[in-house]
Amino acid sequence: MARSTLALTLLLAALAPGVVRCGRAADRRAATSTVRFWGLGREGEVVRDLVPEFERRHPGVRVVVQQIPWTAAHEKLVTAFVGGSAPDLAQLGNTWIPEFAAIGALEPLDARVSASRALAPSAYYQGIWSTNAFDGATYGVPWYVDTRVLFYRPDLLRAAGFAEPPRTWSAWRQAMERIRSRDGGSGYAMLLPTNEWEQLTILGLQRGSTLLDDGGTRGAFGAPAFAGAAEWYASLFHDRLAPVVSYTQLGNPYQEFDRGYFAMWMTGPWNLGEFRRRLPAERQDIWATCPLPAPDGADWPGVSLAGGSSLAIFRASRQKNAAWMLAEYLSEPEVQKRFYELSGDLPARREAWDSEPLAGDAKARAFRIQLSHVEPLPRVPEWEQIAQKLPEDLEAAIRGRQPVPAALKALDADVDRILEKRRWILARAEARRGR
Amino acid sequence: MAAERGPLPQEARAAWMLLAPGLAAILVLFLVPIAAGFFLSLTDFDIYALGDIDTVRFVGLRNYANLLRDPLLWKAMRNTALFLFAGGPLTLCVALSAALLLHSRAARLKGLFRTIFFAPYVTTLVAVAVVFRYLYHPRFGLIDRGLALFGISPIDWLGDPRWAMPAIILLAVWKNFGYATILLVAGLQAIPESLYEAARIDGANAWQVLRKVTLPLLAPTLLFLGVITTIGYFQFFAEPYVMTDGGKPLNATLSVGLLMYKAGFRWWSMGYAASVAFVLFAVVLALTSIQFALQRRSET
Repeated sequence: MARSTLALTLLLAALAPGVVRCGRAADRRAATSTVRFWGLGREGEVVRDLVPEFERRHPGVRVVVQQIPWTAAHEKLVTAFVGGSAPDLAQLGNTWIPEFAAIGALEPLDARVSASRALAPSAYYQGIWSTNAFDGATYGVPWYVDTRVLFYRPDLLRAAGFAEPPRTWSAWRQAMERIRSRDGGSGYAMLLPTNEWEQLTILGLQRGSTLLDDGGTRGAFGAPAFAGAAEWYASLFHDRLAPVVSYTQLGNPYQEFDRGYFAMWMTGPWNLGEFRRRLPAERQDIWATCPLPAPDGADWPGVSLAGGSSLAIFRASRQKNAAWMLAEYLSEPEVQKRFYELSGDLPARREAWDSEPLAGDAKARAFRIQLSHVEPLPRVPEWEQIAQKLPEDLEAAIRGRQPVPAALKALDADVDRILEKRRWILARAEARRGR
Repeated sequence: MAAERGPLPQEARAAWMLLAPGLAAILVLFLVPIAAGFFLSLTDFDIYALGDIDTVRFVGLRNYANLLRDPLLWKAMRNTALFLFAGGPLTLCVALSAALLLHSRAARLKGLFRTIFFAPYVTTLVAVAVVFRYLYHPRFGLIDRGLALFGISPIDWLGDPRWAMPAIILLAVWKNFGYATILLVAGLQAIPESLYEAARIDGANAWQVLRKVTLPLLAPTLLFLGVITTIGYFQFFAEPYVMTDGGKPLNATLSVGLLMYKAGFRWWSMGYAASVAFVLFAVVLALTSIQFALQRRSET
């Protein structure tokens, strides 16, 4: 009896600040709400450290974080949506936004964004912000960003006669050839894992390919822009400048990079942390980063992918206001910086880059430059499926068993098949509008 | 022999009433979902249908046509066949050896070994997978450390497309042979001692006793285990799901079950996934029929 009285007193004491501070309308509405937040992989782990501060500022709101492994995240989110148990707020890979928006799972955020004092589209890298748009509405706010830059060995590049990293494709290729010939035949110049679609896609975007045609209903991989990039890409393998290995066959890429098996690697921000962790202190000066070269020097830096994760509110949520408050909190520059320190994920808010630790980080600077030159992928629900097909269909061409145009033709046929449903749905909508 | 006679009407009624709950359960839990699944396989139910059910179209056999042209299906079939034809017999061989050891007069601590052999079968696969992932680890794993003693350079068991499948088969055999062992021990115990005595009196040696007495009398148990193992290994799914993130590396461990799961729950192409399920069903049915036919011929 005495214990339950004590518990009640403690409960009242805990609630008191909320009662006192209920002056603001938003606080009162959220007075007893629980926000269910799904974070993916490592992000779902470190976000727990950010939650206490949010709960302190919003005493009426409790946040329940559920961590979902990346490998199972997509199916869990779709299944939860179908089963009516979707979270209030979730981290979504920004290429998933079109898909979840198309099936009506997400809440449009435009009204909230324009009313928000905490964030505005102009505070983000433009290419990153635009990944959240679908059919004229905004369905997410960027949380952290991901793009690809060139990681390289300054020592090997200098030995090949390049004081500065290459800025054009022709200089890039020349540097690769020199590194390769200098080495005597045991190593390569560039790492392009054959199971990844990102590198070739970036080269295609740099050549001006739209990847898809006719409003995202047909593959445009056989068109000259992409075909030129694919020929260039395949020639790196044919001329033994890049090894024909998949990422898993490589074993330990950091060790191979250290040994000089390859001197350049187009990869993402997580490797800033990995290189620092995995290479010994005395080998930390053998790696550097630079923005991507462009087909033509005037365009430097060449565009890269606008990847990363966004925060999105599910339409079925009954705690949308509280969920939005959490999204706003996670978007604050200070919180973004703290998130970077915890996870190594690069902040989506530009202000977070203006102070330490990021402002003075020479190796992160390439990412900062690159982020102003990023392009979103085609915003169609089928993109993930199309991306998976890319390396599968190109493998024979890389190995020299099939001419590149034939591989691209097969790819376009596969992509057209994947997009058949989308064409039918758009045609049907068109016919209905006509009637 | 009494002449055949049909059941009396009231007997028939009573029988139907007694059977009704069971039949109703079978109808609702098996036949209706199977029929619904088959109908689903004739539609293009996909992610769009979650947003708007009107987008579902009846497509006839197009899913099946696309499936048979899908190189991933054939890759998954090859992997599943390898798993089945390497893993299945290996499991039965290991189980038979273990059962004979347990059954022999010389064996000590039979209860203990029975428990040890059976324990993996009842252990959660996920827990087993965690341990095996450590064992298979190329740098810290016990197996590669052991190989290093013989000067063999480390093998990336789960990362190398050539070794991923053998590694998973090894895990599956270790995990499953205990169940077959227990059933085989029961089968061995059911063989009358008098037959062994008669064989010994006729001067048969141990090998002849095994071939002429033990194995023929174990045949029903072996057939049952053969069918169960075939079906079980054909549903090859959980091992790669937990060990290699669902088919890595390079689809070297992709199975038909995983292909179905990915089509259905990754891409949410339910119609396509249902067609994979029916192809799998047809193959299992065919294999089981062949097995029964072989058995019937060997009996006559």
